[in-house]
Amino acid sequence: MKALLVAEYRENQVRECTYELLSFAERLGAAPVMFIVGDADALPAFEGPLYLAEASTCGEFSPSVHKALLLEVIAREQPDYVVFSHSSYGWDLAPRVALATGAGQISEILDLHEEGFVVPLCNSKLRSTLKASGPLSVLTLQSGAFAAAEPQGSPQVMALDVPAGTDPLRFEGLEEAEKSEVDLSKAEIIVSAGRGIGKKDNIEMIANLAKAMGGEFGASRPVVDAGWAEHSRQVGSTGQSVAPKLYVACGISGAVQHLMGMKKSDFVIAINSDAEAPIAEVADVMVVADLKEFVPALLSCLQG
Amino acid sequence: MKILVCIKQVPDMESKFKLNPEGLWYSDANLAWRMNEYDEYAVEQAVQLKEQLGDAEICVLAIGPDRVKEMMKKALAMGADRGVHIKDEEPWRMDCFGIASLIAAYARDKDFGLVFTGMQSQDRGSAQVGTLVGEMLELPVLSTLVEFSFEGGRVSGKRELEGGVRARVSAQSPAVVTCQLGLNTPRYPTLPNIMKAKKKEIQTLVSSELGVQPGRVEMVRVAFPEKRKGGMLIQGDISQMTSQLMTVLKDKFSII
Repeated sequence: MKALLVAEYRENQVRECTYELLSFAERLGAAPVMFIVGDADALPAFEGPLYLAEASTCGEFSPSVHKALLLEVIAREQPDYVVFSHSSYGWDLAPRVALATGAGQISEILDLHEEGFVVPLCNSKLRSTLKASGPLSVLTLQSGAFAAAEPQGSPQVMALDVPAGTDPLRFEGLEEAEKSEVDLSKAEIIVSAGRGIGKKDNIEMIANLAKAMGGEFGASRPVVDAGWAEHSRQVGSTGQSVAPKLYVACGISGAVQHLMGMKKSDFVIAINSDAEAPIAEVADVMVVADLKEFVPALLSCLQG
Repeated sequence: MKILVCIKQVPDMESKFKLNPEGLWYSDANLAWRMNEYDEYAVEQAVQLKEQLGDAEICVLAIGPDRVKEMMKKALAMGADRGVHIKDEEPWRMDCFGIASLIAAYARDKDFGLVFTGMQSQDRGSAQVGTLVGEMLELPVLSTLVEFSFEGGRVSGKRELEGGVRARVSAQSPAVVTCQLGLNTPRYPTLPNIMKAKKKEIQTLVSSELGVQPGRVEMVRVAFPEKRKGGMLIQGDISQMTSQLMTVLKDKFSII
């Protein structure tokens, strides 16, 4: 069995998620072949065959061109699997490749077993096991679901030519993230607010709880999208990955993207009115309560 | 310009889910249904574009049993002009390729200048359908947008990448746009608009007549996640709960 792994490159660097693809290939028992649109001076540390197209000529983000390159490699290598990270790059490119090859695509894989690939369903309240019907499967992996392999070795590079044709989609450059007021990745105690806090005014209550416990406050994606907290406070696969000694999740249901961002926490306390919320799966202590009553009561104990 | 918005009806994610008898999907009995959250951003962006252009017609499309028409009425009340309901009693049996094929079969040759979809659904979360529709129709796809503008026939936007980084992209219309959360602020339908929406047309087509394609992904089973053992449950009286939690904080973290 052979797995074609689609590595990621952004701003002169190989992205960390690339190494998760390698450990997944090992779990699959498939021989890895890698593909990257990147830079000969910044190659993935990997002992094996690597197809390289230069980002300087093929574009850092150019879906049609990258698809054409991948189709050429797939035709040469005849892999059983084409594996992407479930990232902004991967979930954009994977369906294009799946359609062009007639492959079935399985997205956001968390785990695998003999019968197929496990993916979340309904905000991760359920798990679905899926398999592709045909000989080729296109897969995307939830970030953090498979531990990154140790970067080692150097690849045997096969250079790819720039494909003919231009991309109707024009990439016009990157905008850096706003400078943050806080670095949650270094915090030892984090108290995070989720949609369950109900309204913007209640952020202060969560921030006060964080302060009383000697920590920082964080937030889930819906809270940031609603403009209740700034992006640098967002915990999850599209925000920050954190590894505190104590993580207190207030009104956070526990979407997979959030769980992946906080799973390295040593100890998790969840406060939620729904005892069945997926956050309960990872909580060491699950407090089933109304936040608006419980948090002020806890605060007065802490301050008392 | 003709604009197509593809929307999906999903259960409220706070629901207590049960499995269906085959164990392949969730049971659709006793669920509260709503519009997929990502699709609300798609409808809103289409309505804002119509407000900008003046001369535009918004068609919303949904696949599913008759109950999806309730959600379509919300989109019509937000400002869409007409609906296309592709009737299918069990759309969950179709994979993303099957769903996208139905949408493309309807949209092909209809001369839509823009197609909006959510970037994924809240139940399946595959992030495939919008991109597949674009590829099937051979249109450029701008996925995962958190900013959108339209000037002189050209779509410009910002894609959300990891870590708060954004990528500026653009393409000439016709094009497909998939909407990420936070793209805009979806409006609440007003009462007069809810009344007006009742008079808007919803055309019904049948999936089998559009041509259901054989799927490329098979469902093996659906299950509840394994519960991690050993978690401590605190519930009941507020003062008891706080004192139990204070004990944990004191013993484990010497907080206080």
